[in-house]
Amino acid sequence: MKKVAVIGVAQTNFTAAQDKTEVELFAEAALEAMAKSNIKPRDIQALFVGNVLGDFSEGQGMVQAFAAENIGCFNVPANRYEGACASASMAVRDAFMWVASGFYDIVLAGGVERAATMGTPLATRTFAMFSDSRYEFPSGITFPGVFAMLAHLYASHYNVPLKKLKEQMAQVSVQSYKYGMHNPKAQMRKEVTIEDVLNSFMVSTPIQLHDCCPFSDGGSALILASEDAAKKLTDKPVYITGVGQASAGPLSSQKKYLPRIYSREVSSKLAYKMAGRTPDDIDVCELHDCFSIASIIAVESLGFFEFGTSGEAWMKGEAAIGGKVAINPSGGLKAKGHPIGATGGGQVYEIVNQLRGEVEPERLVEGAKIGMTDTLGGDGGTLVNIILERGW
Amino acid sequence: MSFKEFNKALKKNKLLGLKCGDCGAINVPPKMVCSECTGTNLEITELSGKGSVKTFTTNYVAAEGRECEAPYIIVMVELDEGPWIMGNLIDIAPNKVDMDLIGKRVVMGVKVFPGDKYSAGDMARPLFSFEA
Repeated sequence: MKKVAVIGVAQTNFTAAQDKTEVELFAEAALEAMAKSNIKPRDIQALFVGNVLGDFSEGQGMVQAFAAENIGCFNVPANRYEGACASASMAVRDAFMWVASGFYDIVLAGGVERAATMGTPLATRTFAMFSDSRYEFPSGITFPGVFAMLAHLYASHYNVPLKKLKEQMAQVSVQSYKYGMHNPKAQMRKEVTIEDVLNSFMVSTPIQLHDCCPFSDGGSALILASEDAAKKLTDKPVYITGVGQASAGPLSSQKKYLPRIYSREVSSKLAYKMAGRTPDDIDVCELHDCFSIASIIAVESLGFFEFGTSGEAWMKGEAAIGGKVAINPSGGLKAKGHPIGATGGGQVYEIVNQLRGEVEPERLVEGAKIGMTDTLGGDGGTLVNIILERGW
Repeated sequence: MSFKEFNKALKKNKLLGLKCGDCGAINVPPKMVCSECTGTNLEITELSGKGSVKTFTTNYVAAEGRECEAPYIIVMVELDEGPWIMGNLIDIAPNKVDMDLIGKRVVMGVKVFPGDKYSAGDMARPLFSFEA
């Protein structure tokens, strides 16, 4: 297998509803990623695009083909990936495998979404499509509802008083907002306190408004290249050293493990094994904090903290920059925004910039050499992990 | 067992599952293979519809077209036969539930969600109430 580098990354601002089409948003990121990689559209041999709900948000299916033509990648194979919120991570993983196999030398991977454009009622309906449509949606399940039930289950399973867990969840959001303040591409740029979170609107008990990430519009793009090609194009290659992906069925079918998300444990183990790394080696992680409780659950399955204890880790600053592992210095999905089809690409964008030391000083994980992304689709239906390492 | 058969029975307040002839596990909702051992020797069996609440939420923000249902309680119930199933809970005001709900015994009834423009027809859903 060939070594694969990420040589250039780009992300649009993640925003509330805006006027650009999905093709335009993706093109904005793609052209910037190409410019940063010192390549032209003709150098790209294939396009891998995460996109979930373009059909619903602007009546555009097959956005990947239109995007390819729009950015001058004429007639190349263009694939769309749909794994709910993990779509772009699936695209990056597949792009990695095609380059690793030697089939392609340079590919473009990323994603795009206009989730905010749909408005809350339709976005809530379409996001609920990533729960079981026939046996679980009839009960009125929504995305916040899934994590709300996991939060109550977490409290009862690990015997953490709900009041205490709520404060820990709030601290997760407080930390994300704090870093998001310093991220110019983030959607939410304001500081909040634990009290602000606990006083916000109740969405789905015990999850309140500030426990939730926003619906967002945005695009992300990365250029992946074989080691030989990368050496000619950049002196700061970031290598993908491990990837993992796993799947799961409906939430109730995951009963043996809940509130743990077992697909994450399978996926992250695959990534660690391929990279020859352990959780202790990870300096910085962009993980899937669609809800504050989701972060608490995620860090435990990723092996950073013991099961049932990670809320305390946030309270003590162990999940902050300077702590045991820096979690979501971008502001995460919570503050940066969650344009679901683009999210995984945005996470890789952040890790690459962190490893290169190219982020705002207030949120830089100084000296970071190894980073990881964690992207969850649906209620654990798709899980993708990617490990990236400094290559110079 | 198809979704159609499961749905039809549920509308009559009968909860059907699949009993695995190889390992004895009960599967709900229906699967093509046993979720424990992947065996295909599955036989339809009627379940009690009784169990206990494992977790819950009161949902205040519903999907498009279902706004008038909110607030409503969603529960995950562990059936006495083993599987977990998602449904709604009645018998208590949505704003009155707290952690004390976890572990409470419940019994299944049924309500039909008529479907919306993105659904392939109607779907019965379990509607739990407290066991007398």
